[in-house]
Amino acid sequence: MELLMPSFGLLFWMTLVFLIVLVIMWRFGFPAVSKMVLERKKFIDDSLQQAFEAKEKLAHIQEESEAILQKAREKQAEILNTAKATHDTIVAKAKDDAREEANKLIADAKAQIEAEKSAAIQDIRSQVAELSVHIAEKVIRKKLSDDSSQMQVIDNLLDEISVKK
Amino acid sequence: MKLISNILIILVLFLTSLSAKAAEGEKINATGIVLEHVKDSHEWHITGEGDRAVVIHLPVIVYSSTGWHIFSSAQFAEEADSQGMRQGPYNLALGEAEPYSGKIVEKTGDEYKPVIDISITKTVANLFIDAFVLIFIIIYTSRWYRTHKATDPAPAGFRGLMEMLVMYIQEDIIRPSVGKGYEKYCPYLLSAFFFIFVCNLMGLIPFGGNVTGNIAITFFLALCTFIITQFSGNRHYWKDIFWPNVPGPVKVIMIPIEFVGIFTKPFALMIRLFANMLAGHAIALALTCIIFIVAATMSRGWLYGLGSFSVLLSIIMMLFELLVCFLQALVFTMLSATFIGLARTEPEEE
Repeated sequence: MELLMPSFGLLFWMTLVFLIVLVIMWRFGFPAVSKMVLERKKFIDDSLQQAFEAKEKLAHIQEESEAILQKAREKQAEILNTAKATHDTIVAKAKDDAREEANKLIADAKAQIEAEKSAAIQDIRSQVAELSVHIAEKVIRKKLSDDSSQMQVIDNLLDEISVKK
Repeated sequence: MKLISNILIILVLFLTSLSAKAAEGEKINATGIVLEHVKDSHEWHITGEGDRAVVIHLPVIVYSSTGWHIFSSAQFAEEADSQGMRQGPYNLALGEAEPYSGKIVEKTGDEYKPVIDISITKTVANLFIDAFVLIFIIIYTSRWYRTHKATDPAPAGFRGLMEMLVMYIQEDIIRPSVGKGYEKYCPYLLSAFFFIFVCNLMGLIPFGGNVTGNIAITFFLALCTFIITQFSGNRHYWKDIFWPNVPGPVKVIMIPIEFVGIFTKPFALMIRLFANMLAGHAIALALTCIIFIVAATMSRGWLYGLGSFSVLLSIIMMLFELLVCFLQALVFTMLSATFIGLARTEPEEE
């Protein structure tokens, strides 16, 4: 029976010891452990979620980059086409311009040649006239030694001029 | 391996302490040896008999009619007198035989009167040691958690083991049993679990005393559960006890049963833990005693045969006790949590 009777002294010390253990457990003990474990669990869950999201984002980005690349390629083709067209126009326009310019130059040259030609003809004509006058002068100086001939020549000349007129 | 070496040590210790008796051809009082181990006493008898005994005399703290007295239990006389009393100072005496066996009483005239005795007995000393170990474990483990962040790698080794245990008890035992709002019961239930577990395990190792196999200890723990349960009880809990939902005449039977049930639940807790741990100690000691009983009465062949058989059995029992240590702590915690949970259940909507 003695084994079944709780002794007062032991009960007293047990109360004291257990309360101390309880307080230590409460203040410094395992709640910290479970708190930390729950925090860690949350952290792991969050990390997993983040990794999942990042993966998804990555896939999205890849898709996006693919689309951008495709767009760029299209744009490139478009730009190239436009450039070619522009190039063609420019070349055509340049050719036209050149032709026009050439024509103009040729026309100018022709006009100038014409003008110079007529000037030259004029010049020659005046020189010929001058020469003729000189020659005539000399001839006349020689022939007008007698009056009869002189008169004849003058008459001839006058005739000529009058005929001409 | 450590466990086996512990078992070997305990066996060797008993061999040395009992072989002397066996050699002298004395009859071995197995009941006495077992009882001496499991019972509380004012002296911590470690090993040896008679002149070779190694005994730690523990301090006696009593309050008698002449006030508080603190002295060593060595001051009680070595031999009991004709009445079976070991006389000590301040008119105090330590009983060796009934009706005052193991008790300190005060002699007033010819009468012996009981005194208030809060001596550091063997069990109290063991209780201190176990509590010290437990507090060390708590501080050692939780210190890591207070100095680290949740983003640090999880602790390894002993702290990892403790984390696993704490989380197992909290998430798999307390939470499903108590239900919503279980957090505020965790400190008590975790304290109870680890207290019982540590005391049980300390009781297994050599020199470790029988703490949880002591009715005062289990009484206190059961009382705590009882008080917490009653204070957690909601309206529904009390209504179920004093006005159960049964037809009129059945109420007459049910109310007393329910009322008694309040007390039988923690009482069962108390007896279960006490009896299991006490039986564990008794079996371990009894199996060891077999060797010496055989040695004292039978031939050498029988001694070696039965002796090795007994050692084998002791090893198996020790392994079994290891399981029981954990299981009993677990059962106590789980049932406490269940009782608290039952007192807090809300009636189902119907």
